[in-house]
Amino acid sequence: MKPNVIRLDPWTGLRRFTDARIALGRAGVSLPTQAQLEFQLAHARARDAVHARPDWDEIETALAALGLQTLRVSSKAADRSTYLQRPDLGRRLDDKSIEVLQACSRALNANVMEQAEDGADICFDVAFVVADGLSAYAVQRQAVPLLEAVLLLLQAERWRIAPVALVNQGRVAVGDEIGALLKAAIVVVLVGERPGLSSPDSLGVYFTHTPRPGMTDATRNCISNVRPAGLPAPAAAHKLCYLLSESRRRKISGVALKDDAEVELNLATANRNFLTAD
Amino acid sequence: MTTYKHTVGGANYVFEDLRTLMARATPLRSGDCLAGVAAATAEERVAAQMALAAVPLRRFLDEAVVPYESDEVTRLIMDTHDAEAFAPVAHLSVGDFRNWLLAEDVDAATLSALAPGLTPEMVAAVSKIMRNQDLILAAKKCRVITRFRNTIGLSGKMSTRLQPNHPTDDAAGIAASVLDGLMYGSGDAVIGINPATDNVPQVIRLLEMLDAIIQRYEIPTQSCVLTHVTNTIQAIERGAPVDLVFQSIAGTEAANRGFGIDLAVLGEARAAALSLRRGADFDGVMGDNVMYFETGQGSALSANGHHGCDQQTIEARAYAVARHFKPLLVNTVVGFIGPEYLYDGKQIIRAGLEDHFCAKLLGLPMGCDVCYTNHAEADQNDMDVLLTLLGVAGCNFVMGIPGSDDVMLNYQTTSFHDALYVREVLGLRPAPEFDAWLAYMRITAGGADFRLADSLSPAFQRVLENAA
Repeated sequence: MKPNVIRLDPWTGLRRFTDARIALGRAGVSLPTQAQLEFQLAHARARDAVHARPDWDEIETALAALGLQTLRVSSKAADRSTYLQRPDLGRRLDDKSIEVLQACSRALNANVMEQAEDGADICFDVAFVVADGLSAYAVQRQAVPLLEAVLLLLQAERWRIAPVALVNQGRVAVGDEIGALLKAAIVVVLVGERPGLSSPDSLGVYFTHTPRPGMTDATRNCISNVRPAGLPAPAAAHKLCYLLSESRRRKISGVALKDDAEVELNLATANRNFLTAD
Repeated sequence: MTTYKHTVGGANYVFEDLRTLMARATPLRSGDCLAGVAAATAEERVAAQMALAAVPLRRFLDEAVVPYESDEVTRLIMDTHDAEAFAPVAHLSVGDFRNWLLAEDVDAATLSALAPGLTPEMVAAVSKIMRNQDLILAAKKCRVITRFRNTIGLSGKMSTRLQPNHPTDDAAGIAASVLDGLMYGSGDAVIGINPATDNVPQVIRLLEMLDAIIQRYEIPTQSCVLTHVTNTIQAIERGAPVDLVFQSIAGTEAANRGFGIDLAVLGEARAAALSLRRGADFDGVMGDNVMYFETGQGSALSANGHHGCDQQTIEARAYAVARHFKPLLVNTVVGFIGPEYLYDGKQIIRAGLEDHFCAKLLGLPMGCDVCYTNHAEADQNDMDVLLTLLGVAGCNFVMGIPGSDDVMLNYQTTSFHDALYVREVLGLRPAPEFDAWLAYMRITAGGADFRLADSLSPAFQRVLENAA
């Protein structure tokens, strides 16, 4: 006979209120085997998300089907271990990538639309950048659906869109250098977020108006947790396009834009605190 | 300016100032490499440690690692130094100080009297020439006891912060994690939420919710919503039930500016919290430790406010900031910052032990968020090691979260189960007032051993029916 050594918790019903790992039960004071292995699986997936490499060919093909040109570039971080320990290198393009972008920019120079406040030429309303960041899975699964939804909205407003830069070993700030080289008024970076145990494939979206190397986080706006179980692509696209329109109209981004325009976090208040309900 | 030299074999090492010597002497970690201040070779590191061991402790009162004129944390350290308390070790070098700390007759009372005489830099320096076991042995001797509604830091105790975070601050979601934690005996250090937003009305709603739970069940603990100090001041002005004021702090004025704080605003917040007089009465004295600080190696470099110092020295300086405001809890969130500062389990474990030792020696009620992120080279096994070592070292408190998984902040910290593990293997118990409450509520079985009861606490049975 199998001895019943696991103490079950009679509040498993509360799991409907939270994704937190509550009511796991216990073996002695420790995690029961099943809960223990489920945790290990979630951690393994998050680790794989960090260390896997995106299939850039697949992404490139899918974007081409949407009518988007792509440019393949790399940061100065040569490998994953360097990337993880040297955020400064992940924020800058390597020399070859700078040449690729400069060549692209020269080829498009005839299309100067206007001048930025600092006098630099502007050739595009917006440049999109896809960077692997900390989750290859996020980029692989969410980048194309999000861009597809965004494209639909922006094309209706006749935005001039630069070729999409696909960045290997890239961090958020690498977008500023890319946006500057491509002479874009706004740069939008789609980047794999730090994977959580239950969300190994969450995409972050950051944008900067008048992107220049060395800009701080205060100049950026962020939409995070883009994934089907978090903020799904269509909703993320609507939010992004609203903010982009405001950014284009007011020629700003970051804290100043956020204060006025960011849609208030929709905080769920429908559920009551049952601990003090009578 | 004084230079520091050491010759090993044929090689002559020169360190241009104390700050550089400290940085080169620090055990290897990625954040110091990122800052460009780490030793170039393993031999240079040990040469620096040897040179550092020869430096008189007095020297740290003459040579600041961050300029006095331009940094209010340095001024705080220098201006509040207690020369009388320092006297017993004033004649020692850093190396002698290590030996002195390890001596059998240096006990809790000696170290407690010494604390105001030590500067963060002295403590950081000696930690750099100590092995992990030295850090544990010396920290274990220290005893730092604080009170608000219960007594934290007594010998043989280890408390936990119940951390019921939820990605949208949903009241029922938070309540579910609070119940889970209480049923596992967690929450005597604080029930503390990291809110999903810094919006003040939302912060007030969470404060009211936690206050209602604590009052309803008469739990001898305190609540905290970990929002920016200026939000908490606003919440107090609007009449919110604030027990503890939270703030992340760092070891330089520049890094604190990056957090949007200075010493003055911390003082203002403490005065506001004290004015509420919400602490319990302890034989006629009100529990008046009303601050909860979080720190962590690497935050100053992250804010570009490190002044060429290594991250562990700057971290120790944050404890001078904390000490000034008599906190109930200080917590080093050791593995949260990521692999660019602490690369792997080995570096996280070392940093956790250093932070605990340095803070305790400076007289702080030190706890540790034993944690890691998924992009660090670390896992649950590393956390088991650090948790066990900190339990042995007498750490005041650790975190408690359902199943180690923070679904709001996306990192892994210690679970309710982990806290029970360390209590069981080391015979540790919660704060006595909370311990008695757990037995009274029949969450624990009562008796000499700390054991959870076999069946659900009667007081919470009806709650579950309500929630259903």
